[in-house]
Amino acid sequence: MKVQLEQKIAFGFLFLCTLLVVVPVLIILAIIFAKGADALNFEFLLELPTNGMTSGGIFPAILGTLYLVLGAVLFAVPLGVLSAIYLVEYSQENFLSKIVKLAIVNLAGVPSVVYGLFGLGIFVLFLGFGASILSGSLTLGIMILPVVITASREALESVPKSFRVVSLSLGASKWQTIQHSVLPHALPGILTGTILGIGRAAGETAPILFTVAAFYLPSLPQSIFDQTMALPYHLYVISTQVPGIPESVRYGTALVLLMLVLLLNLSAIILRYQFRKRKKW
Amino acid sequence: MVDDNIKISIRDLSIQFGETTALKRLSLDIFKNEIFTIIGPANSGKSSLLQSLNRLNDINPAYHKNGVVLLDGEDIENLDVEQLRKRVGIVFALPFPLPLSIFENIAYGPRMHGVKNKARLSEIVEKGLREAYLWDEVKDRLDTPAMNLSGGQQQRLCMARILAVNPEVILFDEPTSGLDPISTARVEETLRDLKVRYTIILVTNNVAQAARVGDRTAFFLMGELIEMNITKRLFTMAKDKRTDDYLTGKFG
Repeated sequence: MKVQLEQKIAFGFLFLCTLLVVVPVLIILAIIFAKGADALNFEFLLELPTNGMTSGGIFPAILGTLYLVLGAVLFAVPLGVLSAIYLVEYSQENFLSKIVKLAIVNLAGVPSVVYGLFGLGIFVLFLGFGASILSGSLTLGIMILPVVITASREALESVPKSFRVVSLSLGASKWQTIQHSVLPHALPGILTGTILGIGRAAGETAPILFTVAAFYLPSLPQSIFDQTMALPYHLYVISTQVPGIPESVRYGTALVLLMLVLLLNLSAIILRYQFRKRKKW
Repeated sequence: MVDDNIKISIRDLSIQFGETTALKRLSLDIFKNEIFTIIGPANSGKSSLLQSLNRLNDINPAYHKNGVVLLDGEDIENLDVEQLRKRVGIVFALPFPLPLSIFENIAYGPRMHGVKNKARLSEIVEKGLREAYLWDEVKDRLDTPAMNLSGGQQQRLCMARILAVNPEVILFDEPTSGLDPISTARVEETLRDLKVRYTIILVTNNVAQAARVGDRTAFFLMGELIEMNITKRLFTMAKDKRTDDYLTGKFG
C-alpha cells in the first residue's frame, strides 16, 4: 500500500508541475486573445497607422517583421547549415574544434541586446549600412546562427554512420556522400533549428532597436537600405512610449505578432512533416 | 615484372589503429577470378585487411599503414580513391540498405559515377539484381523501400548494389554472419557464379563456408598470416598446429 501511495503522490506532483507550466501560457493566450480580438479586422491588418498611431492599422509593422525574419533566415540558414556540415563532416576532432563548438553553443546564450549593440557597431556604423532592413536582418541572423548551427549539427550527427560508409564504399566522393546520403536525412532536424530561429527572430526587440526599427514611418520601406517598423518594437512603442493608445490596439498588435510567429512555425512544421514522410528507415 | 594472373599484390603490409596493431607485415598475392577466403578468430586482422584494400580505412583518423598494395601492378595510394573504390567493391557483414527504394539503392553507385540516362539505369539495376539472384523476388516492387526486404534479400541487394558499379574485385566481409542457412546457401551460390567475372576475397568466420566456396584459403591469427594454401590442401593437411586446431574447432 505504501508503494502505491508514494506512486500516487509522485504522479500527482509531476502533474501539478506540468500544470504550473501550461496554465500561465494558456492564461496569457486567453488574455491577449480576449482583449485583442476586437481590434482584428482587415483595416487593422492592411492599413497604415493614422492619428499618431491611435487608429488605423499596423500593416507596416507586419510587413517589416516579415522582411526581417526572411532576411535573417536567408542569411543564417545557409551559413549555419554549411558551417555545421564543415564541423561535423570535415573538421578533425581536436582542441580547436572543441573550442569552436563550445563557443557556438555559448553564443546561443548571449543576451539579445548584446547582439543589438554588435549590429549597431558593425553593420550600421562600420559597414555603413545605416539603420536599415539589411542591418537588422543581419543582426537577427547572427543572433539565430548558433541555434541553426547547433540544431543542424545534431541533425547531421544523428544520420547513421553506415549511410556514409556505404556511399563512400560505392565510390562516391565525400561531397557526393554528403549531398545524397547525409543532407536529405538531416533536413527535418535542420528545419527544426530554422523554426526555433524564426520564432526568436520575429519576437526579439533589442537586436532591431538600434539597427532598423523606426518609431513611426509614414510610408512603407522601398529597399533593404530603408528603415522599417517592426511588430515587437511597435508593440513596445505603443505600450510605453505613446500615451492614449486604445487597449485593444495594443493587445491586437500582440495577438498579430503571436499569430505571425505561429503561422511561420506552422509552415516550417508542415514542411518538416513532408520531409519526415519520405524518410524510409 | 607484372604477373598477368595477379590481381592484387600485398607487400609487407602492416596496419595500426592508434597504438593497436591489427595486421603484421603481410605479403600475399590474389589471383584473377579466384575466391580467396580468409578465416581466423575475431581480432585476427581480417576485416582491417579488407578495408585497406579499397582504402575504406582512410575514413578512420587513427588508421596508419605501412607497406604497399598493388592493384594490377599499381600502388593503390596513387589511384584516385573514388576510382579505386569503384574497382574494388565491398559487401559488409550487416546489410546496410540506404533509406531509399530498391531501385534507387542499386542506381546510387552508377548515378554517383555520372550515369543519368533513365533507360541505362534501369538496365544496370536489372542486370545487378539478376546477377545477385534477387530480380525475380523484387521485380514488381522496385519502388518500395529497401528496408522492407528480409535480411537475406537485403544482403543480396547489397551485392547487386556493388555489382551495379561494375567492379573488378569484390570484398566480402563475413557476408552471411547474420543470415539463416537458406539465405547463406543462396549467397554462396552467387559467389561461385560471380567468380567467373570478378576476383573475390571472402572473409568468413565460418570454416565450413571457406571449405565450400574457397579456391585458396588463408588462416589469420592475431594479425599474422599463419598459413595459406589451396583450400582442400589446407583443410586436409595443415602444416601449422594452430591452423589444425582452429580448423578442428579446438579454439575459435
